[in-house]
Amino acid sequence: MSPTPFILMELQPVFAWIYELLQSLGFKGDLLTVVVYAGLGVTVFGVLALLALYLVWWERKIAGHIQQRFGPMRNGWHGWYQTMMDGLKLLQKEDVLVDTRDKPVFFWAPIICFVAAFCAYVVMPFGEGLIVADLNIGVLYIVAITTFTVISLLMAGWGSNNKYALLGGMRSAAQVVSYEVPMVASILTVILFTGSLSMVDIVESQSGMVFNWFIFRLPFGPIAFMIYITAATAEANRTPFDIPEAEQELVAGFNIEYSGMKFAMFFLAEFVNLFTVSAIAVTLFFGGWQGWEFIPSWIWFLGKTFMVVLLLMLFRWTYPRLRVDQLMEFAWKILVPIAFANLIVAGWMKHAGWYW
Amino acid sequence: MGEPGIVFWILSIVILVSGFMVVSLKNIFHCALFLILCLFSVAGIFILLGAEFLAAAQVLIYVGAVAILMIFAIMLTSNLASEKIQQSNENVLVGFFVCVTFAISAVMLLAKTYEGVWGRMTITEPLPSQNIATLGKYLMTKFMLPFEVVSVLLLAAMIGAIVLARKESA
Repeated sequence: MSPTPFILMELQPVFAWIYELLQSLGFKGDLLTVVVYAGLGVTVFGVLALLALYLVWWERKIAGHIQQRFGPMRNGWHGWYQTMMDGLKLLQKEDVLVDTRDKPVFFWAPIICFVAAFCAYVVMPFGEGLIVADLNIGVLYIVAITTFTVISLLMAGWGSNNKYALLGGMRSAAQVVSYEVPMVASILTVILFTGSLSMVDIVESQSGMVFNWFIFRLPFGPIAFMIYITAATAEANRTPFDIPEAEQELVAGFNIEYSGMKFAMFFLAEFVNLFTVSAIAVTLFFGGWQGWEFIPSWIWFLGKTFMVVLLLMLFRWTYPRLRVDQLMEFAWKILVPIAFANLIVAGWMKHAGWYW
Repeated sequence: MGEPGIVFWILSIVILVSGFMVVSLKNIFHCALFLILCLFSVAGIFILLGAEFLAAAQVLIYVGAVAILMIFAIMLTSNLASEKIQQSNENVLVGFFVCVTFAISAVMLLAKTYEGVWGRMTITEPLPSQNIATLGKYLMTKFMLPFEVVSVLLLAAMIGAIVLARKESA
């Protein structure tokens, strides 16, 4: 890290200070590691929960303005604490349980969904040196751990013992399994040039000027990004790919029997997933936390990620929903061939050395 | 590496218990979920062995694809989904003895080769940080033939599945 006047705005010294504080309190060895990682986990969890609350509010505002209304306005300035009030309301609500549910499956589904959504942040580079653990399988870890979201949706669909919920769960499984193929192929295109799966390496390989960002690597960069963002929209179960919870067909989809805090967990996990796919897009294609040095790296990262989130939100409120068969056809007949052709072209260009 | 730590024992217990649940529970959906837990814990063992790539591949392929498709099949098969399934038949006693014999011989084999295997498996030098690159290099050079054979096998399985599926619809 180069010395800049705003160095105090970087979060790294704060972490170093906490580390020293813990050491002075007598923690050492394995215990220190455990305490540090538990603290990191709680911090990341808190930040993300708060972030998800605000993403809900933001989404509602955008939806409102696109539909020529205001969105939430009552609680605070332009309704800024509306979602918190909603959360409190959901906390107080009775947990309505169906008698015919599959008890353990019904109970564990929202928990697995919630935990899986947060697990991806272990390897997320929030800023320069701001990463919980730089695993050398970085991206692959995220792709692997997010499959538990599908399992939780399947569990919710099954455990509810409701035909709409079951249909929603099955649709989500079919969709995510299909869209994972083009998504991984587009991620592979980036990996090809990075030569490493580690998130930090991926970010650092895009350092220097703006044209080193992967999205500007013509012609395969933009294509890979478009495939990724399409598949990511499907992975996050958002319109135009939100058939697992298509209201007009399935009432509410997989979460139809969930109420109170269990519903809130699904709801929050959805928004955490939205932030996750955007953050991965930023890391892979927009140079992660790179930017001008007088702005701290984590602000760059958050800013870029919010831009991608905004893009996904605009998608959601602009496009109509696809039909199930159209959705599967689109994945297998259009996205997968383009993704693989793109990967082959990128590999050939890498071999020929036609890149910068 | 040295002595297996507490994490190893926890993972082993989870693997064994969930593996037992897979073959003993009456509700086949619960069996599938325990299979997922079992496979996930095996990925944990891979991480303990320093094989992160293998762990991620394990989760990605077995949990992410195989287990989900299994659940999918269970959900689509109505007589599998609704009824309680008897998982054992009259050959349970014979099967039990076969399994016990296999387990005993496996343990004996391990006990005999424990020293040698452990000695060879102990990693003395630090792992390369980019062991995925090494893995890829070996797959494309030294282990080219097995890699290609596996690919052909998977391709054959895929074509077979398509042929079977088409026959039904025709």
